[in-house]
Amino acid sequence: MLRYILKRLLHGLITVWFIATATFIAMHAVPGDPLSGEKAMTPEIRRNLEAKYGLDKPVVEQYRIFLVNMAQGDFGISYTQQNREVNDILREGFPVSATLGILAIVFAALGGVLLGALTATYRNRLPDVVIMFLVILGISVPSFVFAALGQLALVKINAWTGFTLFPVAGWGTVMHMVVPSLVLGLGTMAYLTRLMRSSMLEVTNTDYVRTARSKGLPPARIFLKHQLRNAILPVVTVLGPAIAAITTGGFVVELVFAIPGLGRYFVQAVQQLDYTVIMGTTVFYGAFLVLMVIIVDIVYGLIDPRVRLKA
Amino acid sequence: MKDAQTAQSRSTNRVAARQLLWMGVGAVGAFVALLFVLGWLAGKTGGGQVAGDGIDVKAGSITISYPFEPPQLDGTRATDLSSSFVLGHVMEGLLRQDDHGAIAPGVAESWQIEPTHAIFHLRTDALWSDGKPVTAQDFVFGWRKVVDPATASEYAFIMYPVKNAEAISKGELQPETLGVRAVDDRTVQVEFQQPIAYFDKLATFKTYYPIRQDFYESRAGRYGADAADLLYNGPFTLARWVHGAQVRFEKNPRYWNRDTIRMNAVDIPYITTDSAAVMNLYKDNKVAMVGASLGLDPEQLKEVLVQRWPIERFNEGAIFFMEFNHRDGRVTHNLHFRKAIQLAFDPGELVNQVIKLPGYLPGQSLFPEWLRGAEGLFRQEYPAMPPKVDIAAARAELALARKELGLESFPPISLLSDDRPLTVRITEYLQARFKEELGLEVRIDRQIFKQRLAKMTSGEFDIVTAGWSPDFDDPMTFGDLFASWNLNNRGRYAGAALDRQVRIAMGSLDPKTRMDAFGKVQSILIDEAVIVPMYERGQVFVRNPQLQGVVRRVVGTDPDFTHAYLGPN
Repeated sequence: MLRYILKRLLHGLITVWFIATATFIAMHAVPGDPLSGEKAMTPEIRRNLEAKYGLDKPVVEQYRIFLVNMAQGDFGISYTQQNREVNDILREGFPVSATLGILAIVFAALGGVLLGALTATYRNRLPDVVIMFLVILGISVPSFVFAALGQLALVKINAWTGFTLFPVAGWGTVMHMVVPSLVLGLGTMAYLTRLMRSSMLEVTNTDYVRTARSKGLPPARIFLKHQLRNAILPVVTVLGPAIAAITTGGFVVELVFAIPGLGRYFVQAVQQLDYTVIMGTTVFYGAFLVLMVIIVDIVYGLIDPRVRLKA
Repeated sequence: MKDAQTAQSRSTNRVAARQLLWMGVGAVGAFVALLFVLGWLAGKTGGGQVAGDGIDVKAGSITISYPFEPPQLDGTRATDLSSSFVLGHVMEGLLRQDDHGAIAPGVAESWQIEPTHAIFHLRTDALWSDGKPVTAQDFVFGWRKVVDPATASEYAFIMYPVKNAEAISKGELQPETLGVRAVDDRTVQVEFQQPIAYFDKLATFKTYYPIRQDFYESRAGRYGADAADLLYNGPFTLARWVHGAQVRFEKNPRYWNRDTIRMNAVDIPYITTDSAAVMNLYKDNKVAMVGASLGLDPEQLKEVLVQRWPIERFNEGAIFFMEFNHRDGRVTHNLHFRKAIQLAFDPGELVNQVIKLPGYLPGQSLFPEWLRGAEGLFRQEYPAMPPKVDIAAARAELALARKELGLESFPPISLLSDDRPLTVRITEYLQARFKEELGLEVRIDRQIFKQRLAKMTSGEFDIVTAGWSPDFDDPMTFGDLFASWNLNNRGRYAGAALDRQVRIAMGSLDPKTRMDAFGKVQSILIDEAVIVPMYERGQVFVRNPQLQGVVRRVVGTDPDFTHAYLGPN
């Protein structure tokens, strides 16, 4: 088990290095540079800035410096926020994105499993038809539409009741978190519901469930131990990528609800070619994604006794 | 048998449904519990602000939104609008702009500006937010920092009128040789590199703010990075700055002119570029203004008109134009070709039929309408006379160009532009218009911001949609743009007559002489069709009628809440 984990971590490290290098090359291949702006700089001012950021050195040397610093966890200072370190930006932005992401994924996982089991239980009857209709809607409508609609609904509700329970936008209190996280998790929940439903139906027709039933086990026990536990496995498999997608893909929701998450810095950095912030956020997200996949694989082994983790 | 099985499955279903119901209750409980745990953690890590209403009469405060947060607040390195907006509220230079845009005393209570030097006398009651007086040394320290190559200030050029500034920036002289001196604690003496007609306007600029040495050095490279990393001497202090989330100004009790400040706090807990979100906040009475920084888009304007909210217009001061590539070998190098484009283009139609937003003005000159001239407005003293739209004349010019260039037909014209929605509409309109009226094939080269800049600088275009917004309140901020030495002259126009006029304006202190020169620059730009002005950007916005005294500015702090107050509903 320990050897397996160590091996996976080593592979993960190589993956992150690969991501970093590919991003570094792509970033430098894009025309323009972080210093160019609408208003041109005099040559001496430009020279001063290039010297400050080490852009006057050859690209290979810049790459070497970047790797050495990255190994020490230092991504340098941002080009646009000149006296803040990239690590400051990560430290302040990520907890917000993570909070939003955790809530969204928990909502999506709980909702998806329960609704999936419910629709399977009521197969082809009214609850199934209604929920599956909503699921199709949830999968096909992009999150920015839900975000805009959710916000508009809040405005209407607040105007109608004359009382603000859930704020329209902003961040900081529990009430700020509810609607954005539901909006962010909605698409994934719909997807998980469909997955859970088909997985549940498959399990219901397996031999071991029939055996359990003929043995005369109590229905509650069959449902919980034999059906639910086995049906949940595919859901756990996709949870890893889903966590990464939700935590890194919150940009639109963060924008609409004015949430100070990392997504905004990530997107802005790419637009402004803020080299240090691009590298910092990419490597950070990359490492996070790799870690999530490893964790899910380990959890998978714990849930499913058929899976043995071998190095 | 069949019945038994159905009965059994039905009972399983009932049990399953009941279990699922309980699990659902548990799930909701777990979610709420998690919510509160995370909320508690967020409160511990610096979140936890509760935003108030747009207008709070009792607290004497307002809440607004702003599209961007300042990248940082060290005035020596600040370049963007959000920095100007925040610094203008919390800092003060030697001079400041009054509510009508005229020059007013700031830290300096009196001053004399001569051709070779200037003297500023500082007031005794100008204090930093920690209670110490603002002294002449603070200006000397701050200004030296700006031109010090180690600071790498992008706006160092704005200090070049001060003696030796350019040489220091190039690393040829030490920062201590900068032409600014503290004669005593309360007298700043400035020596000029050459006579300058608008130094009083520069003295209001953010790059010219004071910095106190002991505080700057105590921050160890983080000066201006956070609210606690800055000392304030303006009408407000920065009471709170949560990156990406909130900026909050509170009245500065130590400000020398505090009796004229009526607002206790200006809170900005929403930092978002999503204008629909801001509109929703305004409807929910959570912000006092909407569209005040980015302007309303046509969709929102429709909604505002339906709601019958009073709209306000504001000329932002920027001019947008088609800039030709004057490099050899381009068809746009040919005067007749440029004239054809100029004659075929109708800025009135562009603004009224394509842009369709109140506040925008058809472009007639590089010098926008709001600029001040010798006494009144520049454009009233020197009216721009662009030629009338004349398609027949345009076609004749095009035929001349073809003959001069020895071409059978024109190759496709490359129109470089950015990818903003408005620019997309404009370039598509231009493409259609030039095809229809002149038979020209226009290829739109749409690029994201940085790529467009790169192509613009290297000259990979025939025509580029470009714009210019002013740095300071003098026609020179536009006037030298197409001088042959200007790095922003990316079309590389080089005209001896225009260069001569710019030099006259630079070398003179006499308003009439300078404005005459700018008047001639304006005519040359039109006669030579150096550029074709398209529009002056404006905006429409909505303000809660209770909020009064907000000043909109073309240059400097915008919107300016310094003298805002809450009136009756």
